[in-house]
Amino acid sequence: MADKIATRQAYGEALAEFGEKFDFVVMDADLSKSTKTDCFKKKFPERFINSGIAEADMISAAAGIASCGKTVFASSFAMFAAGRAFEQVRNSVCYPHLNVKIGATHAGISVGEDGATHQCLEDIALMRTLPGMTVISPADAVEARAAVLAAIEHDGPVYLRFGRLNVPAIFDKDTYKFELGKGVVLEEGKDVTIIATGLMVPEAIEASKLLKAEGINAEVINIHTIKPLDNELVTKSAAKTGAVVTAEEHNVIGGLGSAVAEALCEGCPVPMKRIGVQDKFGKSGKPAQLLKKYNLTAEDIAKAAKEVIAKKA
Amino acid sequence: MEQAKKDKLAEVALQIRRDIITEIHSAGAGHPGGSLGVADILAYLYFEEMNVDPKNPKDPDRDRFVMSKGHCAPALYAVLAEKGFFPREDLKGFRSIDSYLEGHPDMKKVPGVDMSTGSLGQGVCAAGGMALAGKLDKKNYRVYAILGDGEIEEGQVWEAAMFAPHYKLDNLTIFVDFNGLQIDGDITKVMNPTPIDKKFEAFGWNVELCDAHDFDSIEAAVQKAKSVKGQPTAIIAKSVKGKGVSFMENEASWHGSAPNDEQYKIAMKDLGVEIDG
Repeated sequence: MADKIATRQAYGEALAEFGEKFDFVVMDADLSKSTKTDCFKKKFPERFINSGIAEADMISAAAGIASCGKTVFASSFAMFAAGRAFEQVRNSVCYPHLNVKIGATHAGISVGEDGATHQCLEDIALMRTLPGMTVISPADAVEARAAVLAAIEHDGPVYLRFGRLNVPAIFDKDTYKFELGKGVVLEEGKDVTIIATGLMVPEAIEASKLLKAEGINAEVINIHTIKPLDNELVTKSAAKTGAVVTAEEHNVIGGLGSAVAEALCEGCPVPMKRIGVQDKFGKSGKPAQLLKKYNLTAEDIAKAAKEVIAKKA
Repeated sequence: MEQAKKDKLAEVALQIRRDIITEIHSAGAGHPGGSLGVADILAYLYFEEMNVDPKNPKDPDRDRFVMSKGHCAPALYAVLAEKGFFPREDLKGFRSIDSYLEGHPDMKKVPGVDMSTGSLGQGVCAAGGMALAGKLDKKNYRVYAILGDGEIEEGQVWEAAMFAPHYKLDNLTIFVDFNGLQIDGDITKVMNPTPIDKKFEAFGWNVELCDAHDFDSIEAAVQKAKSVKGQPTAIIAKSVKGKGVSFMENEASWHGSAPNDEQYKIAMKDLGVEIDG
């Protein structure tokens, strides 16, 4: 298996790579070393714009640049890009449906030691409510790179959610096909469906192994595009297995779990459990400690899977 | 400025004011005070200065205008209609369910609107982005924006105020419509943003002062802005809120309310039109 790479690293490298073929602008708000947009800055300094620590201005200025026909990647931590600048994203970017791609890094609790003020657990919920916004949460470096390309090729605003932590490789760069809005079945199963996003995808795969040891066949689905959600795949899988667990590094309110619940409520109601942060703020600690403390591990997913299976009619 | 030119602009500005009143009266809602106050600046920009073509509203080389104080949409719609971007009769649909003339400007729907605005502070930042895009693309277009003096209480305005001089956006000119009034009253009593000129100067802007109702004064400020290299220009335009309508002038209460039928008649009479009935 390849070395662990953070999706933010893949983001920065993808910007530098695709910057050769596509004429986009990259903006950052004084975090280029952390968001990794410095990879792009080094290669294309004339197309890199630092707004300083001014996320509201960055997003609205990005909209102004995009209104002149250029695609812009505007980058900051998820907390500030989706949180602080939410209303700029809504009114300056989404309302006029401009080609601003928000590269939000340091999403989720795995930010670690910086603690609650920097651990954005609400961004999927916020971005998902905006009409015309596409929300992508890649699981590994290969998927992150593919997501950047998809964002460039997509007409309209995109929110890209990246993590700080190095994560294991799941996909093969040479064979992986990324399709916007389409979920990826990683394991086929018949007893329960585990739907995961971001760094919870490897935990979901691990959970399926734990379950297999107990004779339970779990279907594992990676949802990289949270909006628009692959309703068809989610509903079909729920109909097949009759029980669903979602897993995300986000508040259970408004994120992937909510999106799946909305789809299943209307399309195929089945017993369901949402693994995620249970309406709490984070805290300082090492990422692995935090994932354990907030019940975001393979063991938690496996336990939830057995609970929903037990509830099947 | 030659007298003939001045007369022509005065005529345009008068028509803009009549249309503002008609739009807001038809809608039964809207923002007459600030709209009337910027009519002369808009007449000058669209009929004397800006390179825009109603037949080609998306021309990539055109000059851009952002109504950062988006609630003054009635004034923007009026000047765009006068310029020929869309039919004047559409103005009567302002704010109504079947119209494309939203309460605040929507660039996706209205020909000639370069940026959707309404949430104060965002338009000027977008104007900075447009000016920067012009520099990146080595285009010669200029970008104009109008901000309210109350609007500059928004923190985001001062982020843009740092951004534009930092990137030497000398193709950007903003007007601060300095009428001294905001919804809750006198700007110096609600949250004092003065001295406005010194603030922009300190942020690195070229600052000009003008009389927002004197075309010579507006022209002098705009031409000076065009000659300045390496710096954006902020024109502090001293204006009268509600200018041209006797009972609206300098009255904060006319910031965001519509005239009733009786008031409509008086307002139009002030603007030289007798309404029957």
